[in-house]
Amino acid sequence: MAFENKEQADGYWKENLSIMLKLLAVWFVVSYGCGILFIEQLNAITFMGFKLGFWFAQQGSMYVFVALIFIYVKKMNDLDKKYNVEE
Amino acid sequence: MDVQTLTYIIVGATFALYIGIAIWARAGSTKEFYVAGGGVPPVLNGMATAADWMSAASFISLAGIVSFTGSDGSVYLMGWTGGYVLLALCMVPYLRKFGKFTVPDFIGDRYYSNAARIVAVICAIFICFTYIAGQMRGVGVVFSRFLEVEIETGVVIGMAVVFFYAVLGGMKGITYTQVAQYCVLIFAFMVPAIFISVMMTGNLIPQLGFGSEMVDGSGYLLDKLDGLSEELGFGAYTDGRKSTLDVFCITGALMIGTAGLPHVIVRFFTVPKVSDSRISAGWALVFIAIMYTTIPALASFARVNMIETINGPTVQTETGAPSYGTGTSYADAPSWIKNWERTGLIEFNDKNGDGKMFYSGDARNEMKIDRDIMVLANPEIAGLPGWVIALVAAGGLAAALSTSAGLLLVISTSVSHDLMKKTLRPDISDKTELMYARVAAAFGIVFAGYFGINPPGFVAAVVAFAFGLAASSLFPAIIMGIFNKKMNKEGAIAGMVVGLLFTASYIIYFKFVNPAANKPENWMFGISPEGIGTIGMIVNFVTAFVVAKFTAETPIEVQEMVESIRFPKGAGEAHDH
Repeated sequence: MAFENKEQADGYWKENLSIMLKLLAVWFVVSYGCGILFIEQLNAITFMGFKLGFWFAQQGSMYVFVALIFIYVKKMNDLDKKYNVEE
Repeated sequence: MDVQTLTYIIVGATFALYIGIAIWARAGSTKEFYVAGGGVPPVLNGMATAADWMSAASFISLAGIVSFTGSDGSVYLMGWTGGYVLLALCMVPYLRKFGKFTVPDFIGDRYYSNAARIVAVICAIFICFTYIAGQMRGVGVVFSRFLEVEIETGVVIGMAVVFFYAVLGGMKGITYTQVAQYCVLIFAFMVPAIFISVMMTGNLIPQLGFGSEMVDGSGYLLDKLDGLSEELGFGAYTDGRKSTLDVFCITGALMIGTAGLPHVIVRFFTVPKVSDSRISAGWALVFIAIMYTTIPALASFARVNMIETINGPTVQTETGAPSYGTGTSYADAPSWIKNWERTGLIEFNDKNGDGKMFYSGDARNEMKIDRDIMVLANPEIAGLPGWVIALVAAGGLAAALSTSAGLLLVISTSVSHDLMKKTLRPDISDKTELMYARVAAAFGIVFAGYFGINPPGFVAAVVAFAFGLAASSLFPAIIMGIFNKKMNKEGAIAGMVVGLLFTASYIIYFKFVNPAANKPENWMFGISPEGIGTIGMIVNFVTAFVVAKFTAETPIEVQEMVESIRFPKGAGEAHDH
């Protein structure tokens, strides 16, 4: 066991899940929310020459996806250090 | 120099490069063959993953699909990029820590059962064969249009090149060749997009040009496109026509399917550390997004260009209301129309006998235009120089070859490692295993070539199949294997089998048994066969949980194994047993 005790192991996993779920919530909101479910409402707004809903569906969601993975990497690397389980 | 000579030179040079890399990076052991020795730097691995992922379909067809369907095309853009978020956050680091070679390895070990392993092998092989048939077809189309050789000859040349570097180099050769192929394909995709963006909107960045005003003063590009589309009876470009629930489910099936595709997952076994696998998924998505955010821009440029070339330009009248083109003379049609007519992908039928071409979505229409030509014909439509056209041909080939090679590797690994070594003949040596891997790869190439030359009519339909199957079988099994220690082999196998049968029977019914009934009013809850994988995934999860509740608990050592893959420390390189 790489962790000092059971609490450490549980704590690490809990924080890991919390990072993951928060980022997945953003993932869901930008793609399924802005790009699909509320696309018509957002299309009433114009953004840089685009209808906003259309922009989320064909541009914005992809930029957010890239950002999410890099945020995840940063947060997980910090978490590994905090619990001393990095390679 | 004419376009054809330039195409020979550019395609020839890229092929020589791929073969050179393959000779430099040939594999000596099964570990090098399967996971490139586990020593690929994350950025390069990201680039190779992107090339592996972006197939002939992405390069050649996707901009055409978006161009012809407008807002509805968003499902592919979000679906095929959003899956990487799931991969990066929920799967990649854990599978890398697990540290074996293949997806069936994980499923077999995690569910302590060879039956589970075999179900996973069958899914993996089926998904890869489905996919690879379409790739060789892409190779054939590019060869026949740009090098003017027979499709058969084109496919055979493509087979020979892939055979050479996939069979010789295994994952090591493939990875480094894919890095080169990524550079070729992204350059080939971006150059015409930037050219056209500058010509139409004056903006150097296509992603922004797409939302800019036209240089000819006719207002915003997308407003103009909406106006044109409505006038011609297609409906506004930026409005969707599919039902919201269906769009939701298709996007879901594509995302989840992406995260369950074995040839994508296996790429993350090739990096040295768990933290490298996380960042490598990020780089892969960066490299994919460069192309995927350009695709919708290119799609709308191409749409305006094509309509205005055929129907004649839109003129701004004094009152401010646009006056739309009413057709242009067929006798003076640009050469690209005649060139593509020869391949049968453009047809002109002068219904009203006025000698003019007219394209629309209603009864006035006189043109049949295959959407697959949009990317390949785009440089010609926009009148770009010959070397750009040659470059696009080389890019299309790079996309098809890199994906074929990645798929072949999974096929050969599944046969030599999962079936022979782990199931049927555990006593074979490393050298014999490698021999089986190469024979299986060779067999896979011949199979792909056969379907490239004799394409089944259902290539497009089987893509829905591949994603649906990945979403409803492999994805839930992997996710439960990581996040639920209590999931046992009975639950996982039942889930995979029921999810698979449900999804497969729905798709087979609507695509093959009764295609006439494939209409929204007959679909379950209005969900199309493309989107049914999302429901299949839910069916899989529910079945697995119910069955697991009433069967024996997971052995303690397996639960400990699951604990151990949840943190990076002690990963080591991908290893044999």
